[in-house]
Amino acid sequence: MGRGSASRVLALHLAVLAVLVALYFVLPDYHRGIVPRVLVLAVFAAGYNILFGYTGLLSLGHAMFFAAGIYGAGMPAYYLDWGVLPAFAAGIASGAVLALVVGFLALRTSGVAFMIVTMMFSQVFYLTTLYFTTWTRGEEGLVIGQQLRQFVIGGTIVDLTDPATRYFAAVILFGVVLFASLAVARAPFGRVLIAIRENEERVRMLGYDVFLNKLAAVVISGVFCAAAGAAYALLFGYVGSTFASIQYSILPLLWVLLGGAATTLGPLIGTVFMFYVVDITSGYTSAYLLIVGIALILLVLFFPKGFLGTVRERWLRWLP
Amino acid sequence: MGFGPHLLLASLEGLVTAAVLSLTALGLSLVFGVMRVVNVAHGEFFMLGAVLAWFFSTLVTGHPAVGFLLALVLSPLVVGLVALICERLVLRRLSYDPEATIVATIGMLYIIQQLALTFYGPEARPVLAPFNFRVALPWFGYSGYKLAVIAASILLMGMTWFVLTRTRIGLVMRATQFDRETAQNFGIPVDRVYAIVFALGAMLAAVAAVLIVPIQQAHYLMGLDPLLLSFIVVIIGGLGSLRGTVLAAVLIGLSDGIISVFFSPTLAKMIATLLVALVLVFRPQGLFGTVAR
Repeated sequence: MGRGSASRVLALHLAVLAVLVALYFVLPDYHRGIVPRVLVLAVFAAGYNILFGYTGLLSLGHAMFFAAGIYGAGMPAYYLDWGVLPAFAAGIASGAVLALVVGFLALRTSGVAFMIVTMMFSQVFYLTTLYFTTWTRGEEGLVIGQQLRQFVIGGTIVDLTDPATRYFAAVILFGVVLFASLAVARAPFGRVLIAIRENEERVRMLGYDVFLNKLAAVVISGVFCAAAGAAYALLFGYVGSTFASIQYSILPLLWVLLGGAATTLGPLIGTVFMFYVVDITSGYTSAYLLIVGIALILLVLFFPKGFLGTVRERWLRWLP
Repeated sequence: MGFGPHLLLASLEGLVTAAVLSLTALGLSLVFGVMRVVNVAHGEFFMLGAVLAWFFSTLVTGHPAVGFLLALVLSPLVVGLVALICERLVLRRLSYDPEATIVATIGMLYIIQQLALTFYGPEARPVLAPFNFRVALPWFGYSGYKLAVIAASILLMGMTWFVLTRTRIGLVMRATQFDRETAQNFGIPVDRVYAIVFALGAMLAAVAAVLIVPIQQAHYLMGLDPLLLSFIVVIIGGLGSLRGTVLAAVLIGLSDGIISVFFSPTLAKMIATLLVALVLVFRPQGLFGTVAR
């Protein structure tokens, strides 16, 4: 890949961020409210993509990392009155620790066993949030009040309950994760991950420590997902065990498959598309699970590389 | 009631769970063993069996046994047909790739669940038991139907064992499981065997569901628990092993029954799930399985 391609990639990613910023001034109020939520979920999808897309490990338990971020940030904020920034850091740290432990255990398995083990760990996490219902309030959840969702930086008050602040906070988080994904994809480390996906034995023969590289991928993926979860708790002020349920492990898989696995912008496209499909159809029918199901089947049958994956294969070979 | 009778009651409840669970898990295990497909929609075939059982039992009037028997015959047939269609339309086209089939069966899970919600509704509905007498034990009376469920399950497991080990179709299935390509070379229509196995697996789940609806009402979300429990059973028993599946189902069913009576059901599920994940991590061939080839 030459210098021309590198600057083209950079320009494309900056352009996407510029469009997201510009949209704020164009969109009507309703969509201004939706976009931050979609962006936070796209961060979740981007985290999933690191493990599923680049490393080729299909996890069915990523809801636990998202929920670790939500609870890791939400519980200290709710019970200990932690400020926004320490709570956000606590959310990310919880995700990192959980990913380290889960990765260490689950990576002893591979293939189908890996999927089931991750699903089961995630189910244990979900049941734990239900079991300690005196603290977590289970499905009903906790609401984090407005005064806990503002902080002072350089003398100005940043209030995350304000729509404009919330919008740009989500754009900043998404931008950071987008460029972090790009950095991972282009770094030697990312190449090793792709090589593991393509042929694990050969990578081992070449002298790389496959286990350590995979573990690093799980942790990075877990940190991204936890960042999304922590941001969700602090931006929207709701902490509930629904986010740990199995459905939130399936959704990022769907978004990434739809947008294109192992593409940096795929998770965003998949999330936006699916969110609006559900949003628009829910005006006509409550059967949104039907749409999720049909989308999953049609995708694996006819469109296994997803949107950007197909675009890259056919036309734009330089897409990261 | 003293501790002894309490424990007996818990064990009987556990055996009923185990009876239904071993049939469901056997279906999952068969599909995984022969086809190497993890069928995430297996719990939904269970749910579909229960919902259809309610539907068929409402078609006839008169003695509840007539409706129940009708459901027991028709519901597994319809579920088998649905599974056959899913297999032909989706799984075969994916050439049974493990990851793609998981995603596809997740899709089926959502579709079946949503269709059940749309056409059957969110209510839980009961099916009347075919007969209604209580077996009088010295300490408490126990439902005769529940004992019949245990007997029926043993009978069905025996039949499955017979089919698998003593008939030609069973031999063909085992050959396909052992080595797909060699089986194909010997003229076994592997493709058709897969279709039959997938339908049979779903039918086992449906039969289990029909047996349970007189005890536990039919509901569109009832599929998740049997799915997770079946995973647990199949993993502990060793993937694709019939004997292991039965042993594990009895173990899990009994401990689930006993722990749920004396402790919180959520705690019981948490511990079971965690233990199983660890079994899979440290002993992937299962507790009773042998090392995979």
